[in-house]
Amino acid sequence: MDSCKFQKGSQSESKKRSANLGDKNDLRIKAIGHGTVIDHITPGQALNVLNILRVNGNFTNTVSVVMNAGGSRGDKDVVKIEGRELTEKEVNSISLISPKATLNIIRDFEVVQKRQIQKPESVCGIVKCINPNCITNSTEPVETRFVVTEDEKVKSLVLRCVFCESVMTEDLIKFIE
Amino acid sequence: MRPMHHLISTREYTMEMYDEILELAEKLEPIARGEVQSKIMDGKVLALLFFEPSTRTRMSFETAMLRLGGQVINLGAVEASSVAKGESLSDTIRVVSQYADAVVLRHPREGAALMASECSATPVINGGDGAGHHPTQTLLDLYTIKRESHLENLNIALAGDLKYGRTIHSLCYALSRYNAKINLVSPPELRLPERIVDDLRKANIDVTVTNDMEDVIEDIDILYMTRIQKERFPDPTEFNRVSNSMRITKELIQSAKPDMKIMHPLPRVNEISFDVDSTSHAAYFKQAFYGVPVRMAILCKVLGMEDKVLEAK
Repeated sequence: MDSCKFQKGSQSESKKRSANLGDKNDLRIKAIGHGTVIDHITPGQALNVLNILRVNGNFTNTVSVVMNAGGSRGDKDVVKIEGRELTEKEVNSISLISPKATLNIIRDFEVVQKRQIQKPESVCGIVKCINPNCITNSTEPVETRFVVTEDEKVKSLVLRCVFCESVMTEDLIKFIE
Repeated sequence: MRPMHHLISTREYTMEMYDEILELAEKLEPIARGEVQSKIMDGKVLALLFFEPSTRTRMSFETAMLRLGGQVINLGAVEASSVAKGESLSDTIRVVSQYADAVVLRHPREGAALMASECSATPVINGGDGAGHHPTQTLLDLYTIKRESHLENLNIALAGDLKYGRTIHSLCYALSRYNAKINLVSPPELRLPERIVDDLRKANIDVTVTNDMEDVIEDIDILYMTRIQKERFPDPTEFNRVSNSMRITKELIQSAKPDMKIMHPLPRVNEISFDVDSTSHAAYFKQAFYGVPVRMAILCKVLGMEDKVLEAK
């Protein structure tokens, strides 16, 4: 069951506290039948994940969002989305803001696939270049393209624009709307 | 079909790739001077698309093509072209690249040349893209150093605006291939970006940083001066102070080595005083001429005609 892992994590962290919460806790992490659970999202990034998935007020499927949950790896956010499996582009986008997230694909209440998100070597058409004078920020029909590396010094992903060579760290990433 | 050779940036160039073009340029120098007639490019057409003002780059490409027996077509004033009607750069390139065998592009936006190369039917040569790359300038700078001094064990000072000058940034990476000792001379507000200094030091290049030209003038083989732009300084008094402190005068170069050469990508304003022009140190006008053989070599390279040059000799 997709919810098992998460329930286990919650209990190990705050078993005694949650004993008093009873069903309220279950409601918060209710299992989904078909869809995707994005777990171990960097705390605070759940709403950005929803933006990437274009989940807004018009979205009709069930979506559960848990922020700052006490998982086994410490605080994390979780997003559960009913009836959706993610595209590669969406997964790449999420990897840029939450490189330690895991994806659980659920079918008939069973986890049919679980994987750690991988840092892509490059991303195309997802992120906006920080340089206003970059050709990708003009009206030309050209997709943005970045090479993704990790900077050990600043402990951040680093994106280098293929066109203008501008460099961005995670905190400066802006997604194309 | 032969793979298309664009020239967008020299960032990934190896020493061998630089040397190949520099050697070709040397072979072409008599043609560039008009001493030898050439028809190597007979029947070939070069398109010049300059979306920004240019004197040396545009005219030296034109001269290079004409001296090699080819023809040139010109976009002319942007206002008189379809660009004024709102045509995109990518469409312009798609059209013009079918009229010519190669395209030289100068554009105010960074990355324009790379984008153009991806939609062009013929090779694209980057004639400067915003604050990005200007590879033909880098190649002619190296050629000037080779002809007027030496590339091996070079001790060079890069002076003036090291922060915004694209020619300086590309030249730094090129010089790092030749293990040059690099002295960076600039006011603190116009220092070379830290990421480039880091890259140079990672490549084991000996880099020194100073505000004062006198610290290095006695030891260097080349002094590469650049223009300090007034618009970088909100306060005109501050601009005057900085530009005067960076000025090269006849008096300053008295303590230089006799064979020390001064280079400048031009145009200059007042950073090199006119009385330096008549000294044996001044190499900046020769540098402007060297743009012709180097751009000839680049044209031969992108059009796959190096063998014809060798045969013609």
